[in-house]
Amino acid sequence: MENRQEILLTGAGGQGLILASIVLAEAAVNDNKNVVQTQSYGPEARGGASMAGVIIDIDTIEYPEVTRPAVLLCMNQASFNKYLPKIEPGCTVIVDSTFVSGPFHKDYKVQSFPITRMAKEKLGRDVVANMLALGVINAATGIVNRDIFRESIFKLAPRGSGELNQQAFDLGYHLYEEGPGQDVGISVQTPQ
Amino acid sequence: MPETKPVLMQGNEACALGAISAGVRFYAGYPITPSTEIAEHMAEKLPDLGGVFIQMEDEIASMAAIIGASIGGMRTLTATSGPGFSLKQENIGYAIMAEIPCVVVNVQRMGPSTGVPTAPAQGDVMQARWGTHGDHPIIVFSPASVYETYYLTIAAVNLSQKLRQPVIILLDEVIGHMREKVLIPEAGKLLVEKASDLVPSDWKPYDEKGLTPLVPFGFGHYYHVTGLFHDQYGFPTGDPPQVERALDRLHHKLEKNRDEIILTNYIGHKEPRVAIVTYGCTVRSARAVVTKAYWQNRLPVGLLSLQTIWPFPAREIEALAKQVDVIIVPEMNMGQIVGEVERYARGQAEVIPLNRYDGEMINPDQIYEQMGRWLS
Repeated sequence: MENRQEILLTGAGGQGLILASIVLAEAAVNDNKNVVQTQSYGPEARGGASMAGVIIDIDTIEYPEVTRPAVLLCMNQASFNKYLPKIEPGCTVIVDSTFVSGPFHKDYKVQSFPITRMAKEKLGRDVVANMLALGVINAATGIVNRDIFRESIFKLAPRGSGELNQQAFDLGYHLYEEGPGQDVGISVQTPQ
Repeated sequence: MPETKPVLMQGNEACALGAISAGVRFYAGYPITPSTEIAEHMAEKLPDLGGVFIQMEDEIASMAAIIGASIGGMRTLTATSGPGFSLKQENIGYAIMAEIPCVVVNVQRMGPSTGVPTAPAQGDVMQARWGTHGDHPIIVFSPASVYETYYLTIAAVNLSQKLRQPVIILLDEVIGHMREKVLIPEAGKLLVEKASDLVPSDWKPYDEKGLTPLVPFGFGHYYHVTGLFHDQYGFPTGDPPQVERALDRLHHKLEKNRDEIILTNYIGHKEPRVAIVTYGCTVRSARAVVTKAYWQNRLPVGLLSLQTIWPFPAREIEALAKQVDVIIVPEMNMGQIVGEVERYARGQAEVIPLNRYDGEMINPDQIYEQMGRWLS
C-alpha cells in the first residue's frame, strides 16, 4: 500500500489533462511500474471540468479509483475549489497561477507556478502547458525516470511536435528548480 | 514462449484486440457510450486485415448483420451498452435457437433505460441471462481487468465457434474505460480450421447424435435456418418429442463442456470463515480487501471471483458454502447474483448482499466494514 502513488490531474476540458494522464501512465509503464489510468467522461471532458487519475505502484494495483492523491494538479480555479477540500494534508498540490488565485488554506501546502503563462511566453504555445505541468510534477516527486519520461512524451506527441513537448517538459523542471513564482509562492494561509 | 512486452491499454481496446487475435473479421454495431472505443478500434483495424466494419442503422440490425455474417462463415462480434443490449435480445434468441456462433459485448452503464451514460453499474446480469424469451442456455463472461478482457474475449470467440452458441461479455464501464499495464503475448499464427474440411459426408446441420460444425452457406451443403423449433435438417417442427429433444440438445452442449466454460478463481485463506463472491470490476475492490485482510493480517478470509457468471458456477458455490460461515456478495446493483449464491449455498452458509447503485464503485472500505462484523 505504501508504494501506491495516486496523481490527480484536474482543470478545464481542452487543457490536455487527459492526454497528460495517458503520457504519465505510459511513461510509468516504460519505467517498469504498474499503472492504472482513469478519466472523467461525457460532456464535462469536452469543455467543462475535466479530471484524470493515474495510480502508479510497484505492486499489483487492485482498486482502480483515486482515493488519497499524493499529488493534485489544478489547472483552473473551479477545479481548485472543488478538489482542494477533498485531499488529505501531506498531498503535494501544484496549481497553475495563470488561472488559480487562491484562497490558499492553512492546512495545505500549495505550490503555485505560472504554467500556462510560461508555455505561452517561452515556447509560444499554450497548448503545451500540460507537458510543462508534467515536468513540474515529476521534478517535485521523481515518480518516473526523467529520460524515460522524455522518450515517452516524444512517442505520444502528435507528429512533428515531439521536441516542442519535450522542451515544455524540461521547462517544467526549470520552473520547479527556480522555485514557486513570486506572485503567489508557497502559500500557507488561513482558510476563508 | 512468444515475446511479451508491457503496454498501456484500455479495456475496450483489449476487447477489440482480443477479438481480432481470435480471428474476428466482421463487426457490425451502433456506437454507444461506454462501448464506443470497441467500434473505433474495429473500424481502424479491420479494413487492413481484409475484414468488414459496418456501422448499422441500429442495434437490432447490427445483431442481425453479425448473425448473417456468421452463417456466411466469418467470426463476428458486436458491442453495445444496456439500451442497445435490450434491442438485441430478440436476435440473440434467434442465434441461440439456430445455433449460430457470435459474440455480443455489453459494456454496462447505469440503468434502467438510458440511465446515466458514463456511470458504472452491474445491472444487466439478469438481462444477460434471461433477456431473450424461452428456456435458453447462455454463456456470460465478466472480466475484472484489462488483461482478463483480452483473454476472455478470445475464449468467448473460440467457445462460441466450438459450441455454435452466442457468448456475451458483460464488461463494466470501469474496466472498459480504464487504461492499465498489460502483458499481451505476441500473436502466434492463427490456425482457423475450415468447417467444411471436417464435415462428414452425412453431415446434418442439427444432427440428433450431437454437435456438428457449422458449414457456412455456399460450401456445398443445403439446409434451412429458422428460429422455429426444427428437425435435424433445420425444417420447422411442432412434434412434441422432437421439440423436447431440440431444447435438451441446446442445454446439453453447455453441460458437456462445463469445465471449459466455467472459469472462477479463489484467493485467500485455505480454511476461510468469511468469503466474498463477486465478479467484474467489484473483484478489484474485493481483492484489495483480501490483500489487506489475509496477506497482511492473516485473517481467515477468501475471495471467489467469477469470470463466468452464466451458466452459474453452482458447484463452486456449493463447495465454498460448506467451508465458510458467511458469504458476502458485493455487486453494483440491487442484488442479482446474490439470489443464485443463496440458492446454491443451500443454507450451509449465511449469504449477505452488499449493494451499491448510485453510479459509483463499491470501495474496499465498504466490504472491509461488512466483513469485520462477521470476524469479531
